[in-house]
Amino acid sequence: MLTYISRRLMMLAIVVLGVTIMTFVLMNVAPGDPAEMVAMARYGLENLTVEQVENIRISEGLDAPVWIQYMHWLAHALKGDLGRSLVTGDPVMQEIMVRAPATLILALASLVVSLLIAIPAGIISAARQNTMLDYLARTGALLGASMPNFWLALLLILLFSVTLGWLPVFGYGEFRHIILPAVTLGTGLAAITTRLTRSSMLEVLEQNYIITARAKGLQEGNIIFHHAFKNAFIPVITIIGLQLGHLLEGTVIVESIFAWPGLGKLLVDSIYARDYAVIQACVLLFAVLFVVINLLVDILYVYIDPRIRYEKKG
Amino acid sequence: MNIFKNKLTLTGMIIILVLVGTAIFAPMLVPHNPNEQCLNQALKGPCLEYPCGTDEFGRCIFSRIIFGARISLEIGIAVTAVSAAVGIALGLAAGFYGGAVDEIIMRIVDIFLAFPGLILALVVAGLLGPGILNVMVALALVGWMGYARVVRGTVLAEKEREFIETARSLGANDLYIMFRHLLPNVIAPVIIMASVGIGYAILASAGLSFLGLGAQPPTAVWGSMLSDGKSYLQTAPHLTIFPGLAILITVLAFNFLGDGLRDLLDPRLKRQSVE
Repeated sequence: MLTYISRRLMMLAIVVLGVTIMTFVLMNVAPGDPAEMVAMARYGLENLTVEQVENIRISEGLDAPVWIQYMHWLAHALKGDLGRSLVTGDPVMQEIMVRAPATLILALASLVVSLLIAIPAGIISAARQNTMLDYLARTGALLGASMPNFWLALLLILLFSVTLGWLPVFGYGEFRHIILPAVTLGTGLAAITTRLTRSSMLEVLEQNYIITARAKGLQEGNIIFHHAFKNAFIPVITIIGLQLGHLLEGTVIVESIFAWPGLGKLLVDSIYARDYAVIQACVLLFAVLFVVINLLVDILYVYIDPRIRYEKKG
Repeated sequence: MNIFKNKLTLTGMIIILVLVGTAIFAPMLVPHNPNEQCLNQALKGPCLEYPCGTDEFGRCIFSRIIFGARISLEIGIAVTAVSAAVGIALGLAAGFYGGAVDEIIMRIVDIFLAFPGLILALVVAGLLGPGILNVMVALALVGWMGYARVVRGTVLAEKEREFIETARSLGANDLYIMFRHLLPNVIAPVIIMASVGIGYAILASAGLSFLGLGAQPPTAVWGSMLSDGKSYLQTAPHLTIFPGLAILITVLAFNFLGDGLRDLLDPRLKRQSVE
């Protein structure tokens, strides 16, 4: 187990190096002068002078060769210093630490929403295979999987905020603020989980021990929940783990729509502003979150399903 | 394969055919010039003259959606073609040569898979600057790994078979064996992945243009039409409803087709559908 974990952490290091180097290179081949963008953001377009731009180029270290800038950044990042935002001048680390919890809360809330929809829908769909309920759940799952989440977000705003006036369009801090973003992200996830729960349940329901349970006269409800679902849930957990990573992707657009003050919105805003220090930090943090979440899920499997052993796989 | 699936596959195919026809004959089908502004007709609801209403500049939304189909399909097909080509080439090489080549290629695949693709695409497209080509580059960059994995797996299984040995003993070189004997075996899974992949590329590109990274105004793109409509949710919700519907139906059609093809061509892949 320990070798497995250390191998995965090695992987994390490579991924982080890979994406941050790529981001750095892209920043430098991209059109547009970062020093000019920063000067524009700080002093405004009207009273911009050449000296101001050049001062920023020197003070932010933007005049050094790319690889020196990168080594400089890396050395500081390893010490926990991600530099200062080119636009606001605030330490990036501080900003990231404020934003990260918002994204994690949203991701977890979305996961809860998706499970509340998907598990019952998947079980009913499998237990009542080829009935109206099953078709309904499957159609819903198909729709959910193809639904653009940004469109769903706008439709939810249209219904619950604009028309009914029940929920706020944006805001942060109260329970009612998280409902729409979490439902937007959660329903998309629920589609995939529903399909998997259903197929996994159908497979388990054909097993001999289910026939045995039926033969000894157990109630159907008992069989479904105690015998079938417990076993059918293991592949579902695998998918939930994979989804957690993809939830991070979803947060980018959804946070932007609902003005949710998380990492996703920070990333999008910093891309608009070409705030390289913040972009780089967001990329770094997303990589760490993604790899660590997947690792935690993998470790969790061992405790849930004792049949899984990582060493033997090799 | 049951009736439910059959019908869906057929529906998907019909929708895709209609879409392709729409994209090809767009200039003949539109009731208005998609970029023509009639400011006195701005924000009109759906009516006989404007089937989907007009936007804030008085442009016909229906015509813009039809032209948007063109760009969406172009992006979807181009991104998928490039991803598949890169994935197939690398997968073939990894599976065929094995050893260090395999190790290097598959570690690169692992690295790419260990980062959320859409975020990488967003960063790449964002840094390269707005534009359709940049969106395509960004999406292709994060879309090839699945193909490489599947192709490698198939090649690993097939290369030990006797017909490969026969080909070799007849003097066929590596490239000939790869492209003539191994490639045909990977076509089925690649087609399945590609049909879902086109839908995903269309969805992802719509997401990027929703964030303002796709085609620039006045080009009609579904994603940016949606983000324009966002400001008029209260007074003119049709700006938001119709382009979104177009994205949903298109992506749905490709997913239907992909699901159907999976059952038809390769029942073994069924379990992977959910991943």
